[in-house]
Amino acid sequence: MKVILDQDKCVGSGQCVLVAPEVFDQRDEDGIAVLLDPDPPAGRHAETREAARLCPALAIELADS
Amino acid sequence: MTETLPPHPPLAPEFPMARGCPFDPPPELRRIQHEAPVSRVTLWDGSTPWLITRYDDVRAVLADPRVSADIDRPGYPHSTEGSATRSSRVKLFITMDDPEHAAQRRLLTSDFMVKKMEALRPRIQEIVDGLIDDLLAGPRPADLVREFALPVPSLVICELLGVPYADRDFFHRLSKTLVSRETTAEQGAAAVAELTGYLGDLVDRKLADPGQDVLSRLATGQLGTGLMTREQIASMGLLLLVAGHETTANMIALGTVVLLENPEQLDRLRATDDPKVVANAVEELLRHLTIVHGGRRRVATEDLEVGGQLIRAGEGIIAASDIANRDGAAFPDPDALDLGREARHHVAFGYGVHQCLGQPLARVELQVVYSTLYRRVPTLALAKPVSELGFKHDMLVYGVHELPVTW
Repeated sequence: MKVILDQDKCVGSGQCVLVAPEVFDQRDEDGIAVLLDPDPPAGRHAETREAARLCPALAIELADS
Repeated sequence: MTETLPPHPPLAPEFPMARGCPFDPPPELRRIQHEAPVSRVTLWDGSTPWLITRYDDVRAVLADPRVSADIDRPGYPHSTEGSATRSSRVKLFITMDDPEHAAQRRLLTSDFMVKKMEALRPRIQEIVDGLIDDLLAGPRPADLVREFALPVPSLVICELLGVPYADRDFFHRLSKTLVSRETTAEQGAAAVAELTGYLGDLVDRKLADPGQDVLSRLATGQLGTGLMTREQIASMGLLLLVAGHETTANMIALGTVVLLENPEQLDRLRATDDPKVVANAVEELLRHLTIVHGGRRRVATEDLEVGGQLIRAGEGIIAASDIANRDGAAFPDPDALDLGREARHHVAFGYGVHQCLGQPLARVELQVVYSTLYRRVPTLALAKPVSELGFKHDMLVYGVHELPVTW
């Protein structure tokens, strides 16, 4: 799985951090999401998919790798 | 030449509609969701915007860039006369579109980020425990709204913004005016003027003597550098202050009523000290109750199709989060309150770029409250039957006006 995060779209809602804290974090300065792991292991795929589904700004895209 | 009359809109029921059960959306909304999920309704001013009732359609509309949140656009479905006339004085980011909306919202996103709200958890716990101590030491019955549900989020948002809690009677009164459907345009405008005046003075004081709070940061970082005016910061403060306590306070009080009416669900909260179970329960309560019950208001800027229905540019749209959160396609057995279900994808905080900025704060507050109150007051009970409670049909945020409880 490959995770693509569009920081320009991000509205800092923090949904991704709440469900997948190993994959996403928020920047201290402005709360915008940052990618900790662009290629999460299989064990984190479910929570990463959930993060993409919950993102209100549609800023997270997932691709199979 | 023959003059053609514009087509008369099909019979559109009045919106909002009356509830049956105080915890469920109006039965009429359920009927619409089943029979004509995207259909016209009639508002207080006679306008007939589209009502969107299905979960998938609500998410699609709220995330659609062809849909505007700008209250000044013709066709915007205003919820009250006050909202219609106070529009464009100083605009708030919740009524702007991108890129202006994003620029303003980004000034605040770090203040409500997950890490910071988690860091506040011990302080919120302290506030909740202190208020429960006071409640238990006071007379019975007590009004849980006044003694607990309103003070929790008020104290927290005051500390966060840097607003003196001692002034709470003043802004609670004005905030109530602003979320009431009964408020006239004049009353609304007067309340906004009074509150922004108060917050403007506060901003001046913060600029001279800044502290560690949001208003101080905006005063020194934005006003001090000429990026925002004093009025803009005061308006932003007003939004955060009102949104910060009306919503959470109502969730605490209404959530307590619905839990007391569903003792087997309440027992699940009392029996656990697992933060994940509590967090999950909070999501289900948010889904089930969806206290912002007037829908999210928008207007189409281009023609678009929603659920097979063509919506034309300039037509108003109401995305009804409450009935969307009771859509069986997204939540099996949607009317059941089931604290064990997976409900995190609800739209109680809205969806799209305008999704509630304060939701990480609301979640921590509700998690602390729901995991503490019923365990510390195990015999908590209503001091009046549910049928005698005053539910907030008249307010933009649903809840109870008063909640007499005993223990």
